[in-house]
Amino acid sequence: MTNGNVNQRRPRRFLLTTVVLAAIAVFAVTALLINIFERKQEARNPFYRVVELNDTVSDPAVWGKDFPMQYDLYLRTVDQQRTKYGGSEAMPHSPTEADPRSAVARSKLEQDPRLKVMWAGYAFSKDYRERRGHAYMLDDQTFTERQQANPPGACLNCHASMVTVYNQAGNGDMMKGFQAINHMKYAEARQFAKHPVACIDCHDPQTMQLRVTRPAFMEGIKALKATQGVQNYDVNKMATRQEMRSYVCAQCHVTYYFKPPEKTLTFPWTKGLQVENIIADEDENKVKEWEHPDTGAPLIKARHPEFEVWSMGVHARSGVACADCHMPYTRMGGLKISDHQVNSPLLKINRSCQTCHHFPEEELRERVEEIQDRFFRLRNTAMDALMDLINDIKSNKEKANPAQLARARDSQRRCGFMIDFIMSENSMGFHAPQEAQRILGDAINQCRLGQLALHGGPEPSHFAASMAEPGKADAPQK
Amino acid sequence: MRSGNLTSVLAILLGTALGIGGYAFTYAKGYSYLLNDPAACANCHVMRAQYDGWIKSSHHNAAACNDCHTPHNLLGKYAVKATNGFFHSFYFTSGRYPDNVQITPFDRDVVESACRHCHQAITEEIDAGNTHGRAKGIACTRCHISVGHSEAAAFLSTPTFGSNHDKR
Repeated sequence: MTNGNVNQRRPRRFLLTTVVLAAIAVFAVTALLINIFERKQEARNPFYRVVELNDTVSDPAVWGKDFPMQYDLYLRTVDQQRTKYGGSEAMPHSPTEADPRSAVARSKLEQDPRLKVMWAGYAFSKDYRERRGHAYMLDDQTFTERQQANPPGACLNCHASMVTVYNQAGNGDMMKGFQAINHMKYAEARQFAKHPVACIDCHDPQTMQLRVTRPAFMEGIKALKATQGVQNYDVNKMATRQEMRSYVCAQCHVTYYFKPPEKTLTFPWTKGLQVENIIADEDENKVKEWEHPDTGAPLIKARHPEFEVWSMGVHARSGVACADCHMPYTRMGGLKISDHQVNSPLLKINRSCQTCHHFPEEELRERVEEIQDRFFRLRNTAMDALMDLINDIKSNKEKANPAQLARARDSQRRCGFMIDFIMSENSMGFHAPQEAQRILGDAINQCRLGQLALHGGPEPSHFAASMAEPGKADAPQK
Repeated sequence: MRSGNLTSVLAILLGTALGIGGYAFTYAKGYSYLLNDPAACANCHVMRAQYDGWIKSSHHNAAACNDCHTPHNLLGKYAVKATNGFFHSFYFTSGRYPDNVQITPFDRDVVESACRHCHQAITEEIDAGNTHGRAKGIACTRCHISVGHSEAAAFLSTPTFGSNHDKR
């Protein structure tokens, strides 16, 4: 009896175990099979045009119906994440009637009070903050305290989606619309703007090809190409795809001034992109944006010249575009698309740097931060030199003779612009490390030359030649 | 009779497992991994850029994937193929891998040995000197990074913006 029971149980247990094991095996293999199937499906290119796009559709949410993945990444520019020197960090802000923002970026003026002295008498000394993602550009401009200075409508050129705005203001003629917006005051022009920079500003709605939509850049690059011997340059017809992957960014990430009397937004590129070329252009056009209240110097302001500085660096020289590092290819299932969450490459070292630089992420981060640390140190020295010059003029402007005072003020105009140029450029020196340090070195010299001039020092050698016409006096002739 | 039933059930179960397994193996082109065709390495899209880069590279006519990425002996070759094959499948199935795949130190060493296998005459002379060479910790690919496959090759044929450097 007992023996029989045991014998019957054994095959049963064996059967049960086999069924369970076989079930697990078949389950696993089927799961793998389905996974392989899904991976193969991902690798296909699923594109469904569900809405028709044209130049009257500015709302990125509508474009997003056709391109949901790119749109999803674009929306993520609301993220605020800092790097060692990058400042996109959300600071709480109590909303008021005039400024309903609940978070803002850190104030650069609070971090470095010397900036207030540098820009004294100009709106930038009232409110100047770290940059934030594209999503915030329109709000941050609308609610900055600099609005109290009643700025021109031209400011909107780079803080809103402008294609439909220009077409509307110019009755279908973009150039006319551009001029019309330039003439308005900001508060008036602002009513036309609905979105921050959007799909339509960089993409052709039919082909999705990159395109330039900002008249100021079209004119600026035309003038720049003319200095290189290329006449009548039409960027939308003559630029390569790889060039466009920088040019669309350069529509806004550049320095500029408002040309009187119409306040036309102008890129000062008629002599080249080096800082001295830009100063020479603005000198020629007699640009004076404000007068320093303590020194009486006629000053000009530099604004975020990322494109100009990048073009002086080794990455530009190697053909690496803005989009290669700031919008690197990112994996979405089996697809690779460019990352529309535009931000610091230090937040995506693998996808950005490691495409070319096959070193560990930590090593690459350290290299970048080393460059930035060195820049930061010299930048502080340069700011001190500028403070010394301003204080020196302030306390000696009654004693110095008019010629000495004029030379010192001219020095302040130049060295102030040079420091501003390389400091308001958003990379802490990384976009062109050597050029950045050279500019700071020359700027420090310029500040000290101004002080020397004030006290009746001798005319410095190479003064006019090396500063006003770079390359003529001291560079080897080709 | 009972044991006959049992055998039939087992046979059906085993047959089902083998059938599904066999289908999965064929569907995923499993057989291609036993051969030497570089196209197999780009079966899944992860190695697409490396494969495209190799087609344009100087080694295109001299060496295929396995010539540089597996040891030059039969046992070593299939051991590395099996190990890397398992882990590649594992990471691809789980989806946990970086967008720009990076070589492991072990596989870098395999590549280094492969360089030396074919270019022995040159590398021996380099080792005899006292600045470069394996003993100094400098790998061939530290400098010759693009000979096998340069994913960045696209840049090299592009007109650069560098003309501004010369514009003064």
